[in-house]
Amino acid sequence: MFSGLKTQDARLETEGRNIRHESCVLSLGSLFCVTALLVWLIAPRSVWAAEPPVRIWLPEGITTTSPAIDHLFYLILWITGGVFFLVQATLLIFLVRYRQRPGRVAAYTHGSSLAEIIWTVIPAIILVFLAFRSQHVWSSVRGTPPPEDLRIEVTAQQFAWNIHYPGPDQLLGRTDPTLVDEATNPIGLDHQDPHAADDLVTVNQLHLPVDKIVLINLRSKDVIHSFFVPQFRMKLDAVPGLTGHLWVKATKSGAYEIVCAELCGLGHYRMRGFLVVEPDAAFQAWWTQMVKEQG
Amino acid sequence: MDAHAHASDPARQMRAVVGSQLIFLTLFLLPLLGLLFPAHLSKIVIGDGLLLGIVAVLLRTRLFSTDHKVIGVQFLITSLVMLFIGGSLAMLIRLQLGWPQHVKYAQGWPHQAFLVLEKILPGGFPSGGGIMDAGFYNMLFTMHGSIMIFFAIIPLLVGVFGNYLIPLKIGAGDMAFPKLNAISYWLMPPAIAIVCAGFFMQSGAAAAGWTAYAPLSTTLGPGQVCWIVGVIVLGVSSIMGAVNYLTTIINLRAPGMSFFRLPLAIWALFITAVMVLLATPVLASALILLLLDTTLHTSFFLPAGMVIDGVAQAHSGGQVLLWQHLFWFYSHPAVYIMILPAMGIASEILPVFARKPLFGYRSMVYAIMGIAGLGFLVWAHHMFASGMNPTLGTSFMASTMVIALPSAIKTFNWLGTLWRGSIRLTTPMLHALAFVSMFVIGGLTGIFAAASPVDLYLHDTYFIVGHLHYVLFGGSLFGIFAGITFWFPKMFGRMLNETLGKIHWALTLIFFNAVMFPMFILGIAGMPRRIYDYTSYAHLAHVGGLNRMMSLAAFCLGAAQFIFIVNFFWNLCFGKKAEDNPWQANTLEWATTSPPPHGNFPTPLTVYHGPYEYSVPGRTDDWLPQHMKA
Ligand code: HEM
Ligand SMILES: [Cu+2]
Ligand SMILES: [Cu+2]
Repeated sequence: MFSGLKTQDARLETEGRNIRHESCVLSLGSLFCVTALLVWLIAPRSVWAAEPPVRIWLPEGITTTSPAIDHLFYLILWITGGVFFLVQATLLIFLVRYRQRPGRVAAYTHGSSLAEIIWTVIPAIILVFLAFRSQHVWSSVRGTPPPEDLRIEVTAQQFAWNIHYPGPDQLLGRTDPTLVDEATNPIGLDHQDPHAADDLVTVNQLHLPVDKIVLINLRSKDVIHSFFVPQFRMKLDAVPGLTGHLWVKATKSGAYEIVCAELCGLGHYRMRGFLVVEPDAAFQAWWTQMVKEQG
Repeated sequence: MDAHAHASDPARQMRAVVGSQLIFLTLFLLPLLGLLFPAHLSKIVIGDGLLLGIVAVLLRTRLFSTDHKVIGVQFLITSLVMLFIGGSLAMLIRLQLGWPQHVKYAQGWPHQAFLVLEKILPGGFPSGGGIMDAGFYNMLFTMHGSIMIFFAIIPLLVGVFGNYLIPLKIGAGDMAFPKLNAISYWLMPPAIAIVCAGFFMQSGAAAAGWTAYAPLSTTLGPGQVCWIVGVIVLGVSSIMGAVNYLTTIINLRAPGMSFFRLPLAIWALFITAVMVLLATPVLASALILLLLDTTLHTSFFLPAGMVIDGVAQAHSGGQVLLWQHLFWFYSHPAVYIMILPAMGIASEILPVFARKPLFGYRSMVYAIMGIAGLGFLVWAHHMFASGMNPTLGTSFMASTMVIALPSAIKTFNWLGTLWRGSIRLTTPMLHALAFVSMFVIGGLTGIFAAASPVDLYLHDTYFIVGHLHYVLFGGSLFGIFAGITFWFPKMFGRMLNETLGKIHWALTLIFFNAVMFPMFILGIAGMPRRIYDYTSYAHLAHVGGLNRMMSLAAFCLGAAQFIFIVNFFWNLCFGKKAEDNPWQANTLEWATTSPPPHGNFPTPLTVYHGPYEYSVPGRTDDWLPQHMKA
């Protein structure tokens, strides 16, 4: 195929400066993909500090719902990837095949109903299919949560995550914004409330038991933040005045991070929380330890 | 040549308009020098104000015109200057993202670059040592986004091409309301001044992102207030323009120019004007409420129980999500306001250089209408992760999937136009092809974001930044380059240099992709957007090298634009003289001289055909102008 193009190019040599100029631009256009690829392959290696190699795909998913989301992601990637190559290849082929040459006359046509119906119906079917797939996954992730084993409350603020555990009574103590003291009581926990007596409040330290369904009530004290744990494949805004609900069942122990994904001011970039997913026994031990430390 | 002949030569007049506009803008933006010499700010402003007044009086005949062509060119020069400023801010953003930890390796040119920047913009580096302030970084991307959207892309597409092309392409002498048209331009410089004034304030410019989400935007001080007021002023200007476009297109079409003989660029601008008219008032009302919340402490968007910096706030009854609904009710249509005219431009240019009628004219028109109609029904797809009721998420996911369909139809019709054509790869054609190719990537990545469960992961990551740059730079900006290079001969009576044009096109395309494509990889890796330093996150330990490569590519992308600037201004003065119809195109603007005289058409034209009659069998010429009987 390439040798065919070459002889054709050689023939064009003789056919006027104009056309030579354009075929030169054409080859420039096809060079583009190659260049972009090269730049991308070579440049990341010119780093100052040692870094792990570039990872292209999603980080590992560690919840019961993350496989379905990943599956949908890769499904869309295959479909759009196919369409991408089809369209770009057609474009390039047309540019080469139908380029101006001496004696070439363009076809006189205003369209074709059949072609237009085909390329309306096929994408329509694909999009409806994707809508149904999305709906299916969406209702399993954001639909009514299953009965929870543990309910905690996360209150975001500029620029920290306050984690509120209910303690053995499984009930969260009352909070009141007028009781907030940034140093001693960041969430305004009402210590008069009997349910608050066994509660635990930590800052930026979220520990979750593995294989347990945890319901997180998400709130914010000041501006919008967004609770994002990449490995959960999940993100929910913490909106002042609203309580968001988010449930997870983590399936793998390990240390992860909470990222704030909504611009919340100066310290947005360092609003980082630490998440530890651990077996129930370790979780209980950590909890007891923390209660003891906080006296 | 005597003075009279000079004055009546339209090409000279257009050059004079460009010159006066540049002088005006230079003086207008001169107070920015105050950032370098804060001590002399008041002297600079007063002296410059006086000078500006004198110049405005001296150049009044050049500056204050009601001719739509002059206003179009004024929009062009102003928004190209703003494009340049917005682009420069992007370079600063990329510098920070490439080398967030440069202080640790205090050698090498990036560190030197930071130190130089510190000298120029000391306000952005309060702690010295070349360390950029995180708050300054927030201002950078906020002003970059706002300038690009409100002062570059929208005015370039709607202001420039709307003003310049509508009367010429429908065979009219001018706009329906020439004075309103002039006012709509002259509201833009004040809007720019107000939005940029924040840079001179103690608390700095706006820093809540171009989306200005409440409550953050209500806590930021005078720079943010300036932003709100400036965007309201610009909204007023847009509404005036839209009224004018609609009236002109409905009433002033030449005889024979039925709606289904309108060129697609005009169809696109027509539907865009409808969207502007319906959506912009909503933004204006929302901004006014936001202004009241910020300045008079009302509670439209602010709920009870907020504690900011340890201080309990006295608000009650507001709804935070209300701002997002109102904002996106405007801004989703606005993203189509920023692409429909570019689609129209591409539909105009592809047939000319494929020498072939546009494939499926009517379905192209219906697709535009479909996009506009559906565009009002998808806004909450920006809010899948906002905590709104998940059932709402379902309906917006469905409508968003549907809106991808008309975009797909348009893409296939563009390919159909190329099919069996006789394709000439001129600079405008290359830009139009790049538009098609890059828009496809933008549209396809939109489907990831439309799938709500996937968007829970991708929302507010660099994946979205990639998506929006593929539609707004890859789509809108390539469409703009296509339009400028295509109509430059008509506007100024000179030809651009093809070789320079092609080099600019190739470099822009290569470096654009080198900057923007890796953004999808960053997004998939979970890198949040609007983030000043990502290095502390474990899951982002591997993206530093990629970010540095993107930054280098971005600097090359910026540098490549100087080729365009040189090509533009050199040929404006010294370019080869353009013929009336250098591209052998059919539409009416090519039926008059380059540039057209005041009043556009010396004799009124009658239209006999659709706009895309190329290669009609049995004719010696392969084009058939709209105003010529077969
Ligand atoms: C195929 C059609 C398209 C679909 C399905 C689509 C879908 C989406 C979705 C769902 C989002 C929200 C993602 C998120 O924030 O999580 C989004 C964001 C965005 N889209 Fe599109 N889109 C399409 C075309 C366009 C076009 C044509 C433009 C502009 C010319 C555009 C500009 C934007 C912008 C600017 C944002 C980001 C807004 C922000 O958060 O700052 N999109 N798109
Ligand atoms: Cu944040
Ligand atoms: Cu949208």
